Amino acid sequence: MSENGKQSAGKIFGTLGAALGLFIVLAAGLTFLKAEDGPAGVLSWLYRTIGLGGQADAIDQLGLNPVASKLMIAVVALVVGVGGIWALFIIVDRLVDLLPDKVADALRPYVFITPAVALLGFFLVFPAVGTVARSFTDDGGALENYKWAFTDPAMHIAFRNNVLWLIFGTGGAVLLGLLIATLVDRIKHETIAKTLIFIPMAISMVGAAVIWRFMYYWRPESASQIGFFNAIWTWLGNSPVAFMQKIPLNTFALILIMVWLMTGFAMVILSAAIKGVPDEIIEAAEIDGANSIEIFFKIILPSIKPSVITVTTTVFIAILKVFDIVFVMTGGRFETEVIANRMFSEMFKFRNFGRASTLAVILLIVVIPIMVMNIRNLRRQGIGA
Amino acid sequence: MTTKTRTNTVASAASTRPGQGFLSKLPVKIAVVVIVALWSLPTVGLLITSFRPQEAIATTGWWTVLTNPFAETWTLINYQNVLTANGMFDAFVNSLIVTIPATVIPITIAAFAAYAFAWIRFPGRTLLFAIVVGLLVIPLQMTLVPLLRVYNNLGLTGTFLGIWLAHTAFGLPLAIYLLYNYIAQLPKDLFESAYIDGASHFTAFTKLVLPLAVPAIAAFAIFQFLWVWNDLLVALVFLGTDSEVAVVTARLNELVGTKGQDWHVLTAGAFITMIFPLTVFLALQRYFVRGLLAGSVKG
Repeated sequence: MSENGKQSAGKIFGTLGAALGLFIVLAAGLTFLKAEDGPAGVLSWLYRTIGLGGQADAIDQLGLNPVASKLMIAVVALVVGVGGIWALFIIVDRLVDLLPDKVADALRPYVFITPAVALLGFFLVFPAVGTVARSFTDDGGALENYKWAFTDPAMHIAFRNNVLWLIFGTGGAVLLGLLIATLVDRIKHETIAKTLIFIPMAISMVGAAVIWRFMYYWRPESASQIGFFNAIWTWLGNSPVAFMQKIPLNTFALILIMVWLMTGFAMVILSAAIKGVPDEIIEAAEIDGANSIEIFFKIILPSIKPSVITVTTTVFIAILKVFDIVFVMTGGRFETEVIANRMFSEMFKFRNFGRASTLAVILLIVVIPIMVMNIRNLRRQGIGA
Repeated sequence: MTTKTRTNTVASAASTRPGQGFLSKLPVKIAVVVIVALWSLPTVGLLITSFRPQEAIATTGWWTVLTNPFAETWTLINYQNVLTANGMFDAFVNSLIVTIPATVIPITIAAFAAYAFAWIRFPGRTLLFAIVVGLLVIPLQMTLVPLLRVYNNLGLTGTFLGIWLAHTAFGLPLAIYLLYNYIAQLPKDLFESAYIDGASHFTAFTKLVLPLAVPAIAAFAIFQFLWVWNDLLVALVFLGTDSEVAVVTARLNELVGTKGQDWHVLTAGAFITMIFPLTVFLALQRYFVRGLLAGSVKG
């Protein structure tokens, strides 16, 4: 009995001690990560403590090699981030063990979910609610921001462009993806072709914008054209076109970039779906005398419908929130504005936080039904992962 | 599928697909080659240009090189310049520093939560899980204005700590959703026999769930890595363009603004932003596709 008590007392003190130690280490780690002079300060302090004042003075005066100092920050972040979280879970789990069984069982699931729930609450739920509130209160308040969003002529252009993006961008990427998926299904070296078309998916929109800025590059007629499109266009005997300034051609030129980025995604998913259509069904249809176009529209297309929905909704949402391409290529000038870019300008250029919030809410309202459809569709297919 | 597999052997890959009459082989081949060429052309143009001397870039198109590649002077000077004088090296280091913790940290947090949602019954479970999945629909834009204010007050703006936390939180709904779907489908007997043997939830999680969930974790990790590395919006809002912290996408965007006509700088710079994700892509293509499919629901 007494031995038992002693043991558990030891356990309690051990666990509490570990918890305290962890708390100190985490606090120190976080302070370190937030500190202006970070690694340099800590190193100089360390050197001073172990009696190497000269070294410490050198660091204080010259600072650390910036790369070394940053790498130190990253290592500490990984240790504090990953190790700290594991330690947190382990120690709190042990602490819960000390409680009576019934209480421990009731508490344990909350131990597992609390870090995630706390982060989500702080970074998503609370700000999202704040944004909705702000859209009704800041910058004139009441419904002023919404009135502005739906009546301002510049906003009309943004809405019109978003619609163009959604129709031609989504349509272009999905149809091209479907076409290519159907074609590559019939050739040798399928993987190589697919990889090459898929590669743009790994490229950032900023990178893609630079790539295409070069393709669209324009120079006055007297200079030699080094942009691909203008080189061909002038070679055919025309005068060079300033693609980014010519309305409405510029919006379509921007949409083409997104199509280039997203087609590979559509193709890969649809190609996998097409391969899933059993050969027997297709052979049976052939024996019944169906031609290939009939086979495609009556057998293949209906059986890959769930994948077509997944791809379409995904591309749709990505395009709805498109920001980087417009931001880098034109900054929304020459009537190329879109909602997400306008939101960024309202926030950082004009500091109209109410208007920015309103635009975010509008994006949310459009996204919700599409996303619900997407998640339902994925669950029906039993994937999701 | 219980049908014949059409992969693996060259002969079957080439010829057993029914419906060949639709389009005869040669035109299909030509069409695919043309499409692939068109698709690769912009990237190839960028790559070739980045190795040409500044004067050559400004006077002739990159395609002129194709007819006589040996007459061209190839150079690495553009890379040297953009890495040093234009700060791309620092930006690359910053991107690494931002991306690695922002990819790794959410995994543990999400995995614990996913296990609890999948295998422990507790009051509020369904509601909380529904809220987590519901958060997938929230566009990032919804959070920026209030978070920026909080960040300014806490002094987190422009710090790595701030952006790790932001990316971790933004990645969580997808991570929990993906891992839940995977973990919930593990066989029930597995857990029951473990519990009977006296395993705690903690042991079941570390010994059973984590090793078995590796494919789902890999899919998420790759998606999150790409997302964070290629992100511009979150980086601009929370980290900014100061060269101490700016990531490659932010730096490249700056270069477009300040050196918009200097193609020797821009092409090399753009390629540096692409090299790491492209390598990961080519090495881990299989997981990559799975991650993209899985990530198709990220808000």
